[in-house]
Amino acid sequence: MASGTIFPVRKKAAPSPGRTAAREVIGKYGGRKRAVIQVLQDLQERFRWLSVETLEAVALELDVPLAHVYSVATFYKSFSLEPRGRHICTVCMGTACHVRGGTAVLEHFERRLGIPAGQTSPGGEVTLERVNCLGACALAPLAVVDGRYYGQMNESKANEVLKPILAGRDAPPASDKGPVD
Amino acid sequence: MKQYRTHLLVCAGTGCVSSGAFALKDALEKEIAGRGLKDEVLVVTTGCNGFCERGPILIVHPDNIFYQRLTPADVPYLVEEHLLKGRPVPKHMYVPSAGIEPVPRMSDIDFFKHQRLIVLRNRGRIDPEKVEEYIAYDGYEALAKALTAMTPEAVVAEVTASGLRGRGGAGFPTGRKWALCRREKASPKYIICNGDEGDPGAFMDRSVLEADPHAVIEGMVIGAKAIGAAKGFVYIRDEYPLAVARMGIAIGQAKERGLLGENILGSGFDFDLEIVRGAGAFVSGEETALIASIEGQRAFPRQRPPYPAQQGLWGKPTVINNVETWANVASIIRRGAAWFSSLGTETSKGTKIFSLVGKIKNTGLVEVPMGIRLRDIIFGIGGGIPGGREFKAIQIGGPSGGCIPKDLLDLPVDYESLTQAGAMMGSGGMIVMDQDTCMVDIALYFLRFTQEESCGKCAPCRIGTRQMAEILARITAGEGSLEDIKKLETLALTVKQGSLCGLGQTAPNPVLSTLRYFREEYLAHISEKRCPARVCKNLITFFIEPEKCVGCLLCLKNCPANAISGERKKVHVIDQAACIKCGACFNVCPAKIQAVAKYTGEEGRALLDERPAPAEP
Repeated sequence: MASGTIFPVRKKAAPSPGRTAAREVIGKYGGRKRAVIQVLQDLQERFRWLSVETLEAVALELDVPLAHVYSVATFYKSFSLEPRGRHICTVCMGTACHVRGGTAVLEHFERRLGIPAGQTSPGGEVTLERVNCLGACALAPLAVVDGRYYGQMNESKANEVLKPILAGRDAPPASDKGPVD
Repeated sequence: MKQYRTHLLVCAGTGCVSSGAFALKDALEKEIAGRGLKDEVLVVTTGCNGFCERGPILIVHPDNIFYQRLTPADVPYLVEEHLLKGRPVPKHMYVPSAGIEPVPRMSDIDFFKHQRLIVLRNRGRIDPEKVEEYIAYDGYEALAKALTAMTPEAVVAEVTASGLRGRGGAGFPTGRKWALCRREKASPKYIICNGDEGDPGAFMDRSVLEADPHAVIEGMVIGAKAIGAAKGFVYIRDEYPLAVARMGIAIGQAKERGLLGENILGSGFDFDLEIVRGAGAFVSGEETALIASIEGQRAFPRQRPPYPAQQGLWGKPTVINNVETWANVASIIRRGAAWFSSLGTETSKGTKIFSLVGKIKNTGLVEVPMGIRLRDIIFGIGGGIPGGREFKAIQIGGPSGGCIPKDLLDLPVDYESLTQAGAMMGSGGMIVMDQDTCMVDIALYFLRFTQEESCGKCAPCRIGTRQMAEILARITAGEGSLEDIKKLETLALTVKQGSLCGLGQTAPNPVLSTLRYFREEYLAHISEKRCPARVCKNLITFFIEPEKCVGCLLCLKNCPANAISGERKKVHVIDQAACIKCGACFNVCPAKIQAVAKYTGEEGRALLDERPAPAEP
């Protein structure tokens, strides 16, 4: 989170990719101010994170105070105000995962990737995230790597999944594509 | 419509999809085409069957044969045997436990046999992306009845008479909520479906949205007619992409068919529905916070009254119900209040869906009549505890709920009984725990959760949960004092009384219920520095039993800290100073050897004192 940053609002910002994208997305929601959360979600999907410029563009295009956009972007956990890695690893910390050893799985990911949960590797290669429940509790413990769900996670399975990422390649296909194509 | 002799129903819920449902479907279609069965056999993808752990699941209709854990490699043989020769294949069927005959028919499997489906009635039998299939199973019949043959008052009266109560947690009577909103003069009015299922360990709302989105839509249109709303919102967690996608498809199809939008079924009634995605904040499941989130604000709860039924979205009268509640409405209108209220107990009518997870053999979603005994759910449907372990407790109601011990296994499951026992119906998460689960660690887990998810508006919740989590962390680290238990109890009371919304008011429940039923575990951590379940890292020691170790090198290779020394066929030794207690050695040591043991308390400390000197480099 870009805590402590005071953003100068640039009224005459030249049309940036962020500004154009913001205009496009806001148009999709009919310019409604209440859609700010959806707008930020769509922009994050496109840019993988929300930069100061993106937040400014949303504020200007929606005609709401930047402070409001910032308050929303920092309140909700889905938003990342820092660049995220090319690969995203998410370890589920729901109760079912917890009682079946989810914490050990998360710690293993942390050791293998060399970063604590919530951080991105220095080269921007991979981000490790923890989530409070993905609602796939029957598969516990669960990890999601680049949108693919891997159930009944353990140390050796994690090694296999992470091997290509650590070697700078794409994750191997799971037995199937996850629910997110 | 074209007729097929056999339907192959491939489960495509999140669980089965991640274990390979689409690859299975492709393989089935290819094999069927290759065998020239294309005009006889149809492959259909359905919503979640609830038995996710067995995925990918295939059900063959009309024989009602249940196959589990199929891979594309199994397909050619299966198609040849079952579809060409008419011989079901036992090796892919469900086996209750080793040595028992496989159970071919789905309806004979214990997991399914004891269930009573109202909300999940269409699970595993219709394609949720096709409205025709929903309609074929009496879908939208209730809507037609409510719009053409009933007055709004009669709809409210029917729902009231059914005794339906909110399935999202608190259990407020749905009919009363509707009546309250109907009486309000202000307009416009709104309808909201709360699909922000944040309770860790609960996933019935995801499943309903994925498996039968039209049931939710139908309920909402009926509700809208009853209170006089023209606009509704379905708020779905961002973590449920498949549910968002299926609901989107369903809304589109309902509009095309005149079941949603303007002049619904020619009755002159207009109602529009919009999906709003959540953005990852547990507190948005609280109704006033959810309303703030739809308005584009931070999800802060506010004081009630006024209740949303009086002043909700944009200050207008709003009915907000949970996914499972909405999904009950159509059945009530179609089959009548008397039918619905014949199920369940005096105060809790109908059925409830529970997610049965954790240390249990049959993991998944189960819909059972209210009033069923916990024992019947855990042992009858769930098949008991795996690995010969012993049942210890069941956690019900998520972070707002509590842990119920073995002595209360005969407790009937209804709103009042659960609350009296210190738990809560909540959204219906049931996490089964065995002797290897530490109750103090579980309390800490939940308090860390609520502390992280507290929105920060009320100081007792924001600061109190943090203090409670810190005390619990101290106890699990073996640094607690008896004074800490008193402090926990005082803090719990403060947080309960001084918080505005349900999150804070119920946050201390996991601590209070574990203190009530498992106080001796707290005392063991504090007085004996012992973790009876051998979970809390600071209090346990991993040790390789020399007489059991066969020197297979497995643990040595898997130790991330390089703390294990030894040679092939020689006894391995853990360097206790280097050990990070990750448990990798314990997990990889083969089940028939079991040379790695966990010790706690004095036994564990004794091992530390006599530990061998680290091996020479």
